[in-house]
Amino acid sequence: MTGSEPSIDLEGWSCPVPLRHTDRIVMGHGGGGTLSGELIEHLFLPAFGAAAAGATPTDSAVLDLGNGTRLAFSTDTYVVQPLVFPGGDIGELAVNGTVNDISMSGARPIALSTGFVLEEGLETALLGRIATSMGRAAVAAGVGLVTGDTKVVEQGRGDGVYVNTAGFGLVPAGVDIRPARARPGDVVIVSGEIGLHGVAVLSVREGLEFGTEVRSDTAPLNDLVEAMLAVTTDLHVLRDPTRGGLAASLCEIAEVARVGVEFDERSVPVPDAVRAACGFLGLDPLHVANEGKLVAIVPPEVADAVLEAMRARSVGSRSAIIGRVTDTHPGTVVVRTSLGASRVVDRPLGEQLPRIC
Amino acid sequence: MKYLDEFRDPDLARRLFAEIESITTQPWAIMEVCGGQTHAIIRHGIDQLLPDRIELIHGPGCPVCVTPLEMIDRALAIAARPDVIFCSFGDMLRVPGSREDLFSVKARGGDVRVVYSPLDAVNLAADHPEREVVFFGVGFETTAPANAMAVHQALARGLTNFSMLVSHVLVPPAIESLMTSPTCRVNGFLAAGHVCSVMGTHQYDPLAARFDVPIVVTGFEPLDVLDGIRRCVLQLERRRGEVENAYPRAVRAEGNVPAQSMLAEVFEVCDRQWRGIGMIPRSGWRLSEAYRAFDAELRFDVGQLLVDEPARCRAGDVLQGLIRPDECECFGRECTPRSPMGATMVSSEGACAAYFQYRRLRGEAQPVEVAR
Repeated sequence: MTGSEPSIDLEGWSCPVPLRHTDRIVMGHGGGGTLSGELIEHLFLPAFGAAAAGATPTDSAVLDLGNGTRLAFSTDTYVVQPLVFPGGDIGELAVNGTVNDISMSGARPIALSTGFVLEEGLETALLGRIATSMGRAAVAAGVGLVTGDTKVVEQGRGDGVYVNTAGFGLVPAGVDIRPARARPGDVVIVSGEIGLHGVAVLSVREGLEFGTEVRSDTAPLNDLVEAMLAVTTDLHVLRDPTRGGLAASLCEIAEVARVGVEFDERSVPVPDAVRAACGFLGLDPLHVANEGKLVAIVPPEVADAVLEAMRARSVGSRSAIIGRVTDTHPGTVVVRTSLGASRVVDRPLGEQLPRIC
Repeated sequence: MKYLDEFRDPDLARRLFAEIESITTQPWAIMEVCGGQTHAIIRHGIDQLLPDRIELIHGPGCPVCVTPLEMIDRALAIAARPDVIFCSFGDMLRVPGSREDLFSVKARGGDVRVVYSPLDAVNLAADHPEREVVFFGVGFETTAPANAMAVHQALARGLTNFSMLVSHVLVPPAIESLMTSPTCRVNGFLAAGHVCSVMGTHQYDPLAARFDVPIVVTGFEPLDVLDGIRRCVLQLERRRGEVENAYPRAVRAEGNVPAQSMLAEVFEVCDRQWRGIGMIPRSGWRLSEAYRAFDAELRFDVGQLLVDEPARCRAGDVLQGLIRPDECECFGRECTPRSPMGATMVSSEGACAAYFQYRRLRGEAQPVEVAR
């Protein structure tokens, strides 16, 4: 984006590169994959014009306020169904999600706002439960819930509760964590088992069981990030692979930094129940959402020390080095299969679609 | 993980690759019939590791890919009706009709729902007596028993607001059609394990005998497919053409007999159009006389459908194994999973989508060194 005048005539507004096939929003536009990216690139950024100058695809924006103060700022809206699921609920998710987005720039989260869209007829006991878990999650993460807003919509016009949280934190001096800093030779680390949140929600939503109950991994990651920063302030990239999964996060890093990413399929921690569920539904664990995991890109000389620090925290105890950043095939993520062949890893298009058989 | 890791073991895979290499004395073209096999082959990179003389041709066994365009357009028209709840398996939603897909119908207000089982659609019909609930019954012999059961239950429960848009297809007539085609260069087949778990293997004996072609039934894990290729090559090298079951943990010669009797009751064989291939005689199922009242095609008059297939799409050639997906001039250019021109670019089981997803990179990637 440049700082020039917005080139869009709002009267005769039309999309510069039309969103193909549909003149309406489809569910996939909210899936965190290719369609979501197109909506941002082809609709929001051109429409926002100069106001969005400098916007980059990161979990949180970092604003330089002068005199060495840098603010990390982020927002996220939660529309998960069901509202309560194994391992958490929408309230806990909304707090942890924004805490994590802020943490992904290395910032220490300080305070969040909370916005509620409530549907007429919602049981107050349920809202109380959700609010209580928000309070508990905020205390656990060490952030304040300092301002908020509530609106009610008529019955049938909402899904019980939608929650928005926005928040900010301060980036410590010397820390510069963003996707563009991935360098060939860097090491890729994930902080634990992937796919738990997506499978937990899907299994309750669809009434599917996979032997053992799969619980969402929703958790705040700010302590983990702090432990990593204690090893080195020179962490290059952090992402929390939520919608779109690990694949979407790695693809975004590869594209923004114009580097290749290669990893070994067998080194990615995937719980048996997630593999079973994904096999059954025809989903790829690399595309399934996480809510308490991060992927880190770190310089090779500190990788082992960072890994050790991560494993020392319970939230990062199953951390693993999965691959490397390369200078070959810039912009593309490649995985080495268990048989020793290789294939391209893509972000999901939109929603994950269970296949026929 | 039990029952899964055993079939992905890298050491066993290496041994199978080595054995296939050692027994292959000349070029062979082997077609994997089923999209599930194609997906496994491309996802795990099996074709990259096979000897050059073994060519895998990707077959027509992706139900999403072969469902005729006219049927997709009919589904779109029915789904757009305000009185209808239209239920489908997930990966049908993105299949392009002549002008749009089910996602677009949903975005315009159509009540389109993804279900995991056709029985869920029957329950929806019971819960919404004021609405018409239509299930899009596509697929091969694998999905047919559950679809048959859904119609059977709807009748038993007296649900007059349930119907099914049936577009079932059958594997053996497709193999016959491929083998009698003058352009056919298939030497052996990997038959689809899950189809055979329903129908058994005996349907394939006459085909193997008539065309003197090996037909090896396989599963869908890497070692299943590799062992199937090994057995197929062994037969070819020994000049044999027999049906062989390499998936005995799921497939019996007689198949699933109760499922077959349910199928025989609910469905009857009909001629069927295959998208990209054309009419194959006696290659489909439609609802039998006793269940005709549940046929959505008869229940909903959608008027004249103007069917319009992109002329440059070569999905048909891909489905018949005449070209590889990346040999189509549209591949990866106008035609991507984001904006598919043909159905083979939609489902993860479609050959074009599998190639696009996993094979955009030319050349081998460097091995990755990682800590254990």
